[in-house]
Amino acid sequence: MANAQTKALKTKEKQEVMTPAEQTRPGAVFTPSVDIFETEQKITILADMPGVKADDLNIDLRDNTLTLLGEIAPVEGPDEEDVLIEYETGKYFRQFTLSEVIDQEKIDAQLKNGVLRLTLPKVEKATPKKILVKAE
Amino acid sequence: MIYRRVFDYPWRFRGMLDEFERMRQMMDRLVTETEGAFPIARAGVFPLVNLTENKDNFFIRAELPGVEKDDLEISATSNSVSISGERKIPQEEEGARYHRREREAGRFSRIITLGAEIQPDKVEAGLKNGVLTVTIPKAEIAKPKQITVK
Repeated sequence: MANAQTKALKTKEKQEVMTPAEQTRPGAVFTPSVDIFETEQKITILADMPGVKADDLNIDLRDNTLTLLGEIAPVEGPDEEDVLIEYETGKYFRQFTLSEVIDQEKIDAQLKNGVLRLTLPKVEKATPKKILVKAE
Repeated sequence: MIYRRVFDYPWRFRGMLDEFERMRQMMDRLVTETEGAFPIARAGVFPLVNLTENKDNFFIRAELPGVEKDDLEISATSNSVSISGERKIPQEEEGARYHRREREAGRFSRIITLGAEIQPDKVEAGLKNGVLTVTIPKAEIAKPKQITVK
């Protein structure tokens, strides 16, 4: 792990979202890089969304589909002229299908330094019920 | 129709020429299509930066999600700005099973040379929502002067 911490970072192109249907609103849409890990009690998702404010972030969970949508406000001043542009900004969008049952009440989302930390606690497993077959 | 005179096999050769022509057209199409798709020139050094300017300042912006301001080092000379640091991803709790691991940790360092002289002692930097903005005031000598026509 110590080795991995000190290696030089390589540039990674932002991945634009490829959808079969066109967006209704113009502008680029990117896929945020994520780490997803799971323990017995919860699933945690870390997503890189630089430039997204907490108010502009939408997290939606329904029918086992988790949707992350982050909107970006332009940071450039009105009188600025581009000299060198290496990256583009745009919305962040990504969807995941969750197979586990999530306790929706206890979902926790934190946004810090452009990284979203989403904690999804699993529903306590119901104790297996024995079903009696009645004989007539 | 010069090939008819040069070669004995006009029919076969014509087929070959057609094939070459088709290939050339495909290459042309490939080149024009790719040009449009990648309009951005990149240095390929992390972090990717956007450099803009107005009358008085240069602005360097870079997306550095998860980088703390204490892990960032910025210095300036009379015509360049250097950004270096380290992105750390803390170890998560024991027993966590990873499904995906796309985020990377590591060191980075980049020097951006500016097209005009700057005031290195007045450079300011801010980190907000994972986006670094470095404001670099231009030297008085580099600022455009309005000249009135008499």
